[in-house]
Amino acid sequence: MSHLINRTGALPDSWVLFDGDAAKLPEGADVLIPFDEWHERAQAWLARPGRIGLLLAPTDDPRRLSSDDLQALSLIAISFPKFTDGRAYSIARILRERLGWQGELRAVGDVLRDQLFLMARCGFTSFALRADQNPLEALKSFRSFSVRYQACTEEPSPLFRRRRQLLAA
Amino acid sequence: MYRYDHYDQALVDERVEQFRDQTRRFLAGELSEDEFKPLRLQNGLYVQKHAPMLRIAIPYGTLSSEQMRKLADVAERYDRGYGHFTTRQNLQLNWPELARVPDLLAELATVGMHGIQTSGNCVRNVTSDHFAGVAPDELVDPRPYCELLRQWSTFHPEFSFLPRKFKIAVSASEGDRAAVQVHDIGLKVVRNSDGALGFEVWVGGGLGRTPIIGRCLRAFLPERQLLNYIEAILRVYNRYGRRDNLYKARIKILVRELGIEAFGKEVQAEFDAMQDGLATLTDDELARVSAYFQAPPYRTLAAKSEAFEQALSRRPGFSAWAARCVHAHKVPGYTAVTLSLKAPGLAPGDATVEQMRAVADLAEDFGFGEIRVTHQQNLVLPDVERDALPALHARLKEAGLATPNIGLLTDIISCPGGDFCALANAVAIPVANAIQQQFDDLDDLFDIGEIELNISGCINSCGQHHIGHIGILGVDKAGEEWYQVSIGGSQGPQTVIGRILGPSFSRDEIPGVIDTLVRTYVARRDRVDERFIEVVTRLGLEPFKQAVYGASA
Repeated sequence: MSHLINRTGALPDSWVLFDGDAAKLPEGADVLIPFDEWHERAQAWLARPGRIGLLLAPTDDPRRLSSDDLQALSLIAISFPKFTDGRAYSIARILRERLGWQGELRAVGDVLRDQLFLMARCGFTSFALRADQNPLEALKSFRSFSVRYQACTEEPSPLFRRRRQLLAA
Repeated sequence: MYRYDHYDQALVDERVEQFRDQTRRFLAGELSEDEFKPLRLQNGLYVQKHAPMLRIAIPYGTLSSEQMRKLADVAERYDRGYGHFTTRQNLQLNWPELARVPDLLAELATVGMHGIQTSGNCVRNVTSDHFAGVAPDELVDPRPYCELLRQWSTFHPEFSFLPRKFKIAVSASEGDRAAVQVHDIGLKVVRNSDGALGFEVWVGGGLGRTPIIGRCLRAFLPERQLLNYIEAILRVYNRYGRRDNLYKARIKILVRELGIEAFGKEVQAEFDAMQDGLATLTDDELARVSAYFQAPPYRTLAAKSEAFEQALSRRPGFSAWAARCVHAHKVPGYTAVTLSLKAPGLAPGDATVEQMRAVADLAEDFGFGEIRVTHQQNLVLPDVERDALPALHARLKEAGLATPNIGLLTDIISCPGGDFCALANAVAIPVANAIQQQFDDLDDLFDIGEIELNISGCINSCGQHHIGHIGILGVDKAGEEWYQVSIGGSQGPQTVIGRILGPSFSRDEIPGVIDTLVRTYVARRDRVDERFIEVVTRLGLEPFKQAVYGASA
């Protein structure tokens, strides 16, 4: 089975993916809705009891989301169709740094331990590991590196802004 | 040159441990071939015909004597006693054993070296002018910018899985010895009318299957905005570059499909949001990094040297070498010296461990312990006193590094080709050697003058044949090796993609074809110093076509 983790351990997963058939959704369940579905029927989804999450594909443009959209959401997930598809990293940063998304940001799909460190730096906070991934081993990956050169979501100040002070200390 | 502090060191050490674990998991069957492949490529490790090939980064082509000795050391103990310097200023080892690569990398890490991002779909080793810091025609030393880009690109979390590889070159001279117009991003350091430093930004150039000369995206980018703007370009490319077709995945195709204006608008929108953010370079950081590239303690010398003049007049061998291998230096009394890795009969760009060690010693005895790698696959000692040239020449001769052919026809640029590379259609090194054999007379070579000849074993164009005055490309026809010849390519401020002469040739025909091209040129030149490329530009392909294929062509 697939494990959901954050940087420190396992997480319970209450979310159900909407697959086109609303009748199958349990009453009041937390529902993850594809990007287009949200744009077509946002009002209907808002009227329903239960929390709403949004699932973005790498081709979806996060800049289409308004601040009202973001207010209504409890989760944003971005899919990795293949671990070599790096578009989700850019989408994550735009959501965090440009649109100011503060809530849970989840990596789903081909999520492998060797990329977790990068995902976390771009603002992902939860990780739905591919089914064959060992969650305990995966947790080690968040400690792959102690140094980060660049400014990124997780540490908005690049190393060069801190380096001299840190070296002097 | 740049020296690692404990941050830089921690990062390469931790990368070694990460890769050791990844290799262990692969060998234990926990990581599939497909999953391991991008991970090993991002550490410079290819699986080749005979063994893995490890590409070691030489950031912007600068290395110390200590680093060169370590390269010799690992080439001796983990490989077969030689290494291959590449057109991207890196070093390739062709025979390491996969299970031992983590140990090899651990040794490299002790001198601040690694294979990080020398392959894979990420930002590759930044290349630059091999005369950076010593060239009389440069505005400033471009290497501090290269180092800033190196740090920015190393394990960049957003750009580790781009649609395709991404190459950046930086030049600060009018002559442009870094081929900035054929890179994914090319940066030329310039001053604006207020005297402020910044960059002319070129984008979407590249060789390979679809050779394209880059477009100037921005005439002046203030230096402090460097990382913001590069990040904006990369973000647009990462999001919109094609991922459905390997051959259309480079940024040049995106720029072409969107058009430079639309592409520029997307970049500008990203840049507007990032501009003046925390990634904006600070005066403090520019000063910190520049301090590593301050001029070494040069002596005050006369521009003229008695010893040099005497050797010139008395020793023809020395004067031939001096004419081709000694270059101007910005400090009076000093020169930069190219060490040819193009001795006839050897693989272009190859150096034995004995040669590497000799170069490390010479860099200390005749300079400040610094060595450069050129994108023409030669080495440079950047700070040699003119007085010392005769003594240096004697030592270079002993080491087999004094071939006086820099810039001449036998200074052939070549990829490893089909003898080593799994991608190649055809061999390249034997073709280079056959041409060198055809032109084995030094007087003849000097008479022919400057010609750049580049050979690629396949359309990936590692030998950069598109921008050679003469380019040779290995092609596969029904399982046989054939060679397509192009002429008229050039690099530098007026970069031109060469044009294909006509139908391909067999390997045996190539030396004769080159000979015909050269004889045609010599017969048609107006002056003895009119170069091959100038004659091709003036006359076009036709006379050369006729000479090679006959009147029927």
